[in-house]
Amino acid sequence: MISILVGHWSELIEGMKYTIASSLLALVGSLILGVIFAMFVISPNKSLNVIGKIYVEIFRNIPLLVIAMFFYIVMPRIFPGLDGFKAGTIGLTIYTSAFIAETVRAGIESVPVGQMEAARSNGMAYLQAMRYIVLPQAIKIVVPSLGNQFVNLVKNSSVLAFLAGFDLMYQGNLIASTTFKTTDTYLAVGLLYLVMTMPLSYFMRYLEKRWSKTPTV
Amino acid sequence: MQHMRLKQLRLWCLLPLFILTLMLTACGQHVGEKDVMQTERETNEITWGVKGDMRLFGLTDIETGEIRGFEVDIAKAVSKEIFGKNVKVNFVPVNSNTRLPLLKNGNVDALIATMSITADRKKEIDFSDVYFNAGQAIMVKKGSKIKSVKDLTSGTKVIGIQGSNSVLNIKKYAPKSEVLQLSDAAQAFAALKSGQGDAMTTDNGILYGLTSDDPSYHVVGGSFTTEPYGIGVNKGQKKFLTAINKALKKIEKNGEYQKLVDKWFSQISGFDGSVVK
Repeated sequence: MISILVGHWSELIEGMKYTIASSLLALVGSLILGVIFAMFVISPNKSLNVIGKIYVEIFRNIPLLVIAMFFYIVMPRIFPGLDGFKAGTIGLTIYTSAFIAETVRAGIESVPVGQMEAARSNGMAYLQAMRYIVLPQAIKIVVPSLGNQFVNLVKNSSVLAFLAGFDLMYQGNLIASTTFKTTDTYLAVGLLYLVMTMPLSYFMRYLEKRWSKTPTV
Repeated sequence: MQHMRLKQLRLWCLLPLFILTLMLTACGQHVGEKDVMQTERETNEITWGVKGDMRLFGLTDIETGEIRGFEVDIAKAVSKEIFGKNVKVNFVPVNSNTRLPLLKNGNVDALIATMSITADRKKEIDFSDVYFNAGQAIMVKKGSKIKSVKDLTSGTKVIGIQGSNSVLNIKKYAPKSEVLQLSDAAQAFAALKSGQGDAMTTDNGILYGLTSDDPSYHVVGGSFTTEPYGIGVNKGQKKFLTAINKALKKIEKNGEYQKLVDKWFSQISGFDGSVVK
């Protein structure tokens, strides 16, 4: 394993760069999309409600690989230039956003209804009340499960390997197939994924602790 | 608080133990020592690793689930020569990434999976005599500006198959072109069709199979390498290897080999006859 890490360090680092870039883009994108669709799902507006529910149900129940393949094989016919990295990152964003929407929805629903009612009766519009009163509380509640989603997202970014997206798993496959040291290579790759996901887990746990010290209600 | 810290400490102690276990299990497997010839005779059963997604060589029939192709037929003929007419021949689909581990772990007894004989692979396994003299070529959409491997200059993208020798070669013959590696021929062809690359490269036998499926693509520029295919067996199986080579010679002499070549390749337009023995 050490010989793989030393001998192929530059390829592995190159792969980690792509994995981190894809994960960061998908993390931000899926958080934004997830919050938007969570608000759709709980929205009093019927049509938004239906759109939100369909979105969540479709993308939560299709394997990530199928979504990513769709963006890699089918979509370039309409949007040329959608390469493996972009297609994979878009797939990852959409797939994760469906789970985040569900998580955030649960968070919003666990904020007591009185919060919304109080905000509205103080003259806030629905969106204002959402933005300033309900969402800040909901996000704090869902931090632990968001942490899970983010860690899953980093691991799921390995889907890029199937789309020639140059990520860590892709480089691992190439190293394994040229050196034939399959076990050692995938052990090294696993270790490097740990290096990326462990700090993320600890950071999310830190946020959880920090925010739980400042009561909001 | 104290309790939490203890728990965390215990978790951290488990981590090296976990890694150590993984390393130890990786060292334990050496199936190569069992004599394949003897076990096969006893069970009257042999298992081959073949491609399951390569038109003409080994392709899974979606309706019956059976794998059919030139290599599958060669494997059947060789097995019957060695173990007699009644031997049960099993086929396991493999790909370029899984074939060597599957052979080494003993999941398959032999590999006949469009695998070219290379010095690197010879360090890991033993090869039989050549049964198909493939060569690497490129395939493009008809009407493409790319006419040969020389036209793959900077700014072009060429699609190859992960773990195959051809991706290492293309870096030599077209060093300026960006290489995208996909996991198998079907995916690589799908990627080429959706415009992810300008050309696809692999052995010509495989490319012919793809063009027979979609005639709007063709092989251009002839082959620029020789990739002799051999049957792979584990090291230490000398008896088995000798028997395979003897069987290959026999089916070549009695005309069965030529019959199989005709069966699979006679329909292919532009098929390069020099690839067969």
